[in-house]
Amino acid sequence: MKYTAEINVMPLKAILDPQGKAVSGSMKNLHLPEIHDVRIGKHISLEVEAATKEIATQKVDEACRKLLANPIMESYEFEILENAAV
Amino acid sequence: MKFGVVIFPGSNCDQDMIYVLKDLMELDVVELWHKDHDLQNCDMIILPGGFSFGDYLRSGAIARFSPIMENVIEFANKGGLVFGVCNGFQVLCEAGLLPGALLHNTNHKFICKNVHIKAQTYDALVTSMIEHNQVIKVPIAHGEGSYYADEATLKKLNENKQVLFRYCDADGNITPESNPNGAIENIAGVCNEGRNVFGMMPHPERASDAELGNTSAKVILDSMLNAVLKFI
Amino acid sequence: MTTAPETTLPTYETAKKLGLLPEEFQRIKEILGRDPNFTELSIFSVMWSEHCSYKNSITWLKTLPKKGPHILAEAGEENAGLVDIGGGLACCFKIESHNHPSALEPYQGAATGVGGINRDIFTMGARPIAQLNSLRFGNINSEKTKWLLKGVVKGIGDYGNAFGIPTVGGEVFFDECFNINPLVNAMSAGIVEVGKTVSATSYGVGNPVYIVGSATGKDGIHGATFASEDISAASTDKLPSVQVGDPFQEKLLLEATLEVIATGAVIGMQDMGAAGIICSNSEMSAKGKHGMRIDLDKVPTRQANMQPFEILLSESQERMLIIVEKGKEKLVEDVFDKWDLNCAIIGEVIEGDHLHYFMHGEMVADVPADVLVLGGGAPIYEREYKEPAYIAINKAFDIDSIKIPKDLKAVAKHLTTHPNIASKHWVYDQYDSMVGTVNMSTNNPSDAAIVNIKGTDKAIALTVDCNSRYVYADPETGTAIAVAEAARNIVCAGGEPCAITNCLNFGNPYNPEVYWQFVHAIKGMGTACRIFLTPVTGGNVSFYNQSTDEGPVYPTPTIGMLGLLDKENRMSLHFKQAGDLIFLIGESKDDIASSEYLFSFHNIKHSPAPYFDINKELEVQQVVKELIKEKLIASAHDVSDGGLYITLLESAMPNNLGFDIDTDEDFRKDAFLFGEAQSRVVVSINPENVDAFVDYLSSTNIEFTNLGIVSDTLLFIDGESFGNIAAAKDLYDNALERLL
Repeated sequence: MKYTAEINVMPLKAILDPQGKAVSGSMKNLHLPEIHDVRIGKHISLEVEAATKEIATQKVDEACRKLLANPIMESYEFEILENAAV
Repeated sequence: MKFGVVIFPGSNCDQDMIYVLKDLMELDVVELWHKDHDLQNCDMIILPGGFSFGDYLRSGAIARFSPIMENVIEFANKGGLVFGVCNGFQVLCEAGLLPGALLHNTNHKFICKNVHIKAQTYDALVTSMIEHNQVIKVPIAHGEGSYYADEATLKKLNENKQVLFRYCDADGNITPESNPNGAIENIAGVCNEGRNVFGMMPHPERASDAELGNTSAKVILDSMLNAVLKFI
Repeated sequence: MTTAPETTLPTYETAKKLGLLPEEFQRIKEILGRDPNFTELSIFSVMWSEHCSYKNSITWLKTLPKKGPHILAEAGEENAGLVDIGGGLACCFKIESHNHPSALEPYQGAATGVGGINRDIFTMGARPIAQLNSLRFGNINSEKTKWLLKGVVKGIGDYGNAFGIPTVGGEVFFDECFNINPLVNAMSAGIVEVGKTVSATSYGVGNPVYIVGSATGKDGIHGATFASEDISAASTDKLPSVQVGDPFQEKLLLEATLEVIATGAVIGMQDMGAAGIICSNSEMSAKGKHGMRIDLDKVPTRQANMQPFEILLSESQERMLIIVEKGKEKLVEDVFDKWDLNCAIIGEVIEGDHLHYFMHGEMVADVPADVLVLGGGAPIYEREYKEPAYIAINKAFDIDSIKIPKDLKAVAKHLTTHPNIASKHWVYDQYDSMVGTVNMSTNNPSDAAIVNIKGTDKAIALTVDCNSRYVYADPETGTAIAVAEAARNIVCAGGEPCAITNCLNFGNPYNPEVYWQFVHAIKGMGTACRIFLTPVTGGNVSFYNQSTDEGPVYPTPTIGMLGLLDKENRMSLHFKQAGDLIFLIGESKDDIASSEYLFSFHNIKHSPAPYFDINKELEVQQVVKELIKEKLIASAHDVSDGGLYITLLESAMPNNLGFDIDTDEDFRKDAFLFGEAQSRVVVSINPENVDAFVDYLSSTNIEFTNLGIVSDTLLFIDGESFGNIAAAKDLYDNALERLL
């Protein structure tokens, strides 16, 4: 089976996010002072082949832990979707 | 005649530009703070290199919304002269004053080194004093300097002679090997259709001081000065 | 006064977990006259950690020469050393390690190292104008090394480039002893007008205490303690010790800080690095001989519900503590408002010598400032040491056991492509080396980086040097060589050595063999600094550079040297034109000890330090200075790693020239070409200056040899072709990238 994983990697809440902070600060220049606490992470999408959704989940989790996210400073979450049959 | 150098938070080549214009070329130069709305009657506005707002999100994306940019855009749209170097070029692209965008270098690394460029048109204000086929040795220092424009824009740039400079080798050959950052068609600098807004990734102010052993790019600043003299 | 009651006071068990010794816990109780609460205990634990107190090194550091005619601030007096460079200007410079953070998270570890060292410079009121770094990694073929190298280089680049100060020099060295524990040493130099510096002090009862810059988060809590422990699998669990650097914030802080100083409202200022607020509070108060009251709940925090000890110890980056003259608050606040930086009053200077910390009106800690700090009451230990067994093995090395290889071209190629010798442009192209338009070495390479002091006829020369292998071979001689080489680099660039800063990277000081290396390194440094008249202005000590698996790293006392030159005397290292004569100044030796050639071509890991005579070295340097002043030479390049052959190649490459030289049959050919005997300099001379050159050299005690001539593109040694310069340059320029 083929699955698609939609992964969000975010800086840990406890860790400074300089980029998010600078973007938050810029909101007043855009006359959007209502917007604050911007945090910027990244979105990764990938395809994985696996017998079951559980195995796909395990594989994606391993990829996240080992490479896609740096657990020292980032958290991740993902959603596994079954690819529609062609 | 007066030059204004805009200072964004995180600009770091502002003083280098001011040093060349003021101390070496003895011109009248003022600093323009990004929070102000006053261009102080300058005849040319320069957006310097650096990391405005840390270059967070995209280089130049946040600076483009600084208060003074409203006035810079208005000034440019009325035909005023604006010149962006490196980060300043990125800001001008983000602001829509220049076509195209600056992408990550293809090697995904910051690159700082001397490169060579050649003017592609001699009837732009910042290239007017450059000799035909003159090769200019000038430093680049950027992580997002790979110029990109879509096909239609590119076609227009070429037809209208809006490409100011292309990267070349020491002998002036425009080759893939001499392209340091993957810029489309080796483009190192462009101007707008109205030929009053200019941007380039290399740093002419870093190749204009004899004490540093390379004044190859001073001709760009001399051209600029000459242009302003004629323009006003 | 009494502190807020706690249900239970911590026992020695807690103190132990914080890294305190039983006798230290006892002393804390004596000092306070009662049992400390947890907040107080954690204060002592970080302030008395190796990192802050130098408790295991200070005894020996005090033996180093500190005084010199140009020294405006001696070691230990301020955040960084201050040297008078004439014309009413002073240079403020320092080197610091960020080894352990970089071992865990190379990108952020290196980035925050760059941030920290620059804050040390601008907190004194100096504007940084140049940065350098000295990096050591393990075997380049290991994936871990590649990860560390790429991360560290990107971290240094991203931080330094955005901050906007050029990286003008450095060194990169690979050896298996650094497999687990890399060394990341960052140096910065700044310029300030004499008399306009700011001290890390605090006085004047009622003066407000400001914290400015980034908000405080739970970054690097107990980081200082962490830095004082061995790296093992267990410490990967302490990952909150990683901090994130924000170079944009640092740039704003730099500009705001210098503007605030110019208002005249500042009494004292200190950046916050290791051990955060508590470290700055105690050092400033101890220096100004006053107390301080701090309301911790007024500190802007990034996270909710931070505990008092977390706020006190947080190592969040890009923050400063400022004592402001009462009544001038608005001047200060306007500046920080302009730069959109946090700026909050968190307390005030008080009578006495105690630090009083409050949280929501309740006192949570009460400690005397002076007992916390180095030079005050922090513990000082004398450690035992003994000569390691390997030293005898090194001394037993006999050059006759090494056969001269038949194919010296193979040796030349091996060295040209060795990562310790090949071009490091893969690394330094990622650093902005030209921002600031002061780097005079970009287009005219020189042995030391030359940095223009605009508007004057002076420039400064900067270099970082240490060959860890020489220091391992013989700590005393090896360290003296590090100082000598730094001085030689400055001299070959046309400068006069002025002063040094040091970064002392060693293993566990409780290991007597490691401590022996430390003691002898300091002895060698002291001797050399006295000879070259380069006092030590400060620096830092980094112990515990080892892993439980692989033992200590090579002892590495990195030397950062400052020199001063008249711009008209600047000298470059490259040959200028074919037909110029090439001379070797200094004595050739049948010596290959500790050379890259012996180590990696013959795989001999044990030998003494290379030949070195410190008095001869000084004479050679004086001769080179004179030659430069008299304008008799066209280039000067010292012989170092890789020996004479590599020196010639490095001089030939910039202008794509060649050389045609003859070796001296009185010496082994391998030693002549690849040996690393010290105190030698290769110079090139325009033929019209040769008579004057020979006349002058003949009047000195220094040996000199006519090696041959600069030629067009081809490399010839004893009539044998070693290829052409383009081929050699391709090997040299691309070796590192090919390995990565």
